Amino acid sequence: MYKNIGEILIMFWQTVRALPLMWHHRKKVVQQFFEIGNTSLLMVCILSMFIGGVIALQTGPVLVERGLSYVLGGMIGLSMCKEFAPVMMAILMAGRVGSAMSAEIGSMRVYQEIDALKTMNISPINYLVLPRMVAITVALPALVLFSVPVGWLGGALVSAYNQRISVGFSSFFSDLQQVVELKDVINGLIKSVVFAVVIGLISCHQGLSTSGGPRGIGRSVTKAVVNSIVMIIILDYFVTGVLLIFEK
Amino acid sequence: MSDHPKNSTKSAENISVKVTDLHKSFNHHEVLKGVSFEVKPGEVFVIMGPSGSGKSVLLRHIIGLETPDAGKISIQGQSIEDPAVLGQYRLAMVFQSAALLKSLTVGENVGLYLTEHESKPPAEIDRIVTQTLETVGLKGLADRSPSELSGGMQKRVAIARALVVEPQLVLFDEPTSELDPLMSVTIGEEIRKLNQRTHATTIVVTHDRDLAFGLANRMAMIADGQILFIGTPDEVKRNTDPQIQKFINAELNSKPKAKP
Ligand SMILES: Nc1ncnc2c1ncn2[C@@H]1O[C@H](COP(=O)(O)OP(=O)(O)O)[C@@H](O)[C@H]1O
Ligand SMILES: [Mg+2]
Repeated sequence: MYKNIGEILIMFWQTVRALPLMWHHRKKVVQQFFEIGNTSLLMVCILSMFIGGVIALQTGPVLVERGLSYVLGGMIGLSMCKEFAPVMMAILMAGRVGSAMSAEIGSMRVYQEIDALKTMNISPINYLVLPRMVAITVALPALVLFSVPVGWLGGALVSAYNQRISVGFSSFFSDLQQVVELKDVINGLIKSVVFAVVIGLISCHQGLSTSGGPRGIGRSVTKAVVNSIVMIIILDYFVTGVLLIFEK
Repeated sequence: MSDHPKNSTKSAENISVKVTDLHKSFNHHEVLKGVSFEVKPGEVFVIMGPSGSGKSVLLRHIIGLETPDAGKISIQGQSIEDPAVLGQYRLAMVFQSAALLKSLTVGENVGLYLTEHESKPPAEIDRIVTQTLETVGLKGLADRSPSELSGGMQKRVAIARALVVEPQLVLFDEPTSELDPLMSVTIGEEIRKLNQRTHATTIVVTHDRDLAFGLANRMAMIADGQILFIGTPDEVKRNTDPQIQKFINAELNSKPKAKP
C-alpha cells in the first residue's frame, strides 16, 4: 500500500511535469472530455434531483415543526454546493469514469499495447495518463456546477409539494440567495478538483499496474473504484477542514 | 521530451548489441540462466528454440521492457541500465501478439511513431503510411480498426509500424507465426530487404526453420534459458549435438511440405 501511494505520487509529479505537452495531446483531451460528459450528464441530472429532494424530505418536516422553515432554502443550498454535489458527483465519476480508465489502460497493459508504446519511445504518462487527468479535472467541476442548481431545484420541488413541508418556491430561493455566496460554490468546486485528481490518479495507476492476464483487468477495475471512493470520503473530511480555515 | 531520437543522427549507423550472462527469474522460476551473445552491427541474428525456452523474455530485455536480475545488455558498448541509452537510438520491436493499439485505426497505428515525435508534416506521414502498408500487402486498409483484421494481417500492420521507424535495431518476435506460407516468405523477404537497405541490426526470434535458415547471418539455438550453440546456418546444420539436431528435424517434420 505504501508502495502504491509512492507510485501514485510519482505519477502525479510526472503528469504535472508533462502538462506543457497538453497542446500536442489536445485531441485526446477533448475526446476524453466528451466521453465523460456523454456518459454522465443524464445520470448527474437524475442523481442531483433526488439528492436535493431527499435532503428536503429528511430535514424539512423537522425544521417546519420547530418553526424554522425559513432556513430550509439556505441549508439545502449550502449542503448541496459544499458537500453533496462534489462528493456524490465524484463517487459517480469513480464508478463511471474511473472504472473505464482502469479497464482501458489495464487492457492495454495486458495486451502489450503499453509495451509497444514504450518501444516507440512514447511515454504512457504523456500519451495515456495526461489526457485523462486533464479531462477529468475539467469535467468533474463542470458536472458539479451543473449538479448544484439541479439539486436546488429538487430540494425546492419537494419543499413545495410535500404536505408536511409546504415551503413555497419564492421563500425557498430567497433564503437560499441570502445564505449561499459565490465562495460556497467555489468551495465545492475546489473539492471536486481534488477528487478528480484522486480518481484519475488511482484509476490510471491501477490500470498501468494490471497483471495476471485478462482476469487482472476485472481486479484492477474493482480496486480502482473502491479505492477511489474510500479516498474521496476520507479526503472530503480533510479538505473541508482545510477550506474552513481559509473561509474565516 | 528531450531524449527522443529525432535529434539523433539519421545516419544509417548500425549498432551492435551485446548480452552478457543474463539471468532472469519470475516467481522463483529461472527463465534465463546466463545467456550471452553478441550481435554485430548490421547483421541478421536469428534465435531459435522451443516454445517456453525464454526467447520472448530475452527480446523484452534487449529493448528495456524487463530488467535483468543479473547480467548486462549493451548497445554500442553502453549499458542500457542507463535509460538514456535506449533513447539515443531508433529501435523497434514487432511483438508476437502484434500489440496494435485497438483504439486507433490501422493507419494511425502505423504512423504513431511519426505523429508522436512530430518529425514530419501530416501529409508526409500519410504518404509514408500508405506506402508502408502497401509494402506489407495491406493496401487500402488504413482506415480499418485493428480488431477487424485477422491475426496475420495484424502482424503485418505491426511490421509496418516497425518499418516506419527506420530502426537502427529491430527485434522480431515470431514474425511469421499466424501467417500463411506465402505471406511468411514475403515477410521474410521484407525483413531481408529492410536489412539490406538500412543495415539495421536485426534480431529475429522464430520457430520457422525456413525463415531462420533463409534469413540468418548467424543464429543461436536456445533451450530452457540457455544458449546451446551460436554459429552460421551451415555450422548449425553440421552441428552434431543431438538436442540441436532433434529440434531442427522436429521443426522440419512439423511442416507438411517437408514430409517425405
Ligand atoms: N511476466 C512474466 N511473469 C511470469 N512468468 C513469465 C513472464 N514472462 C514469461 N514468463 C515465463 O517465462 C518462460 C519463457 O517464456 P517466453 O520467453 O515467452 O518463451 P518463448 O521462448 O516461447 O518466447 C515461460 O515459462 C513463461 O511462463
Ligand atoms: Mg515467445
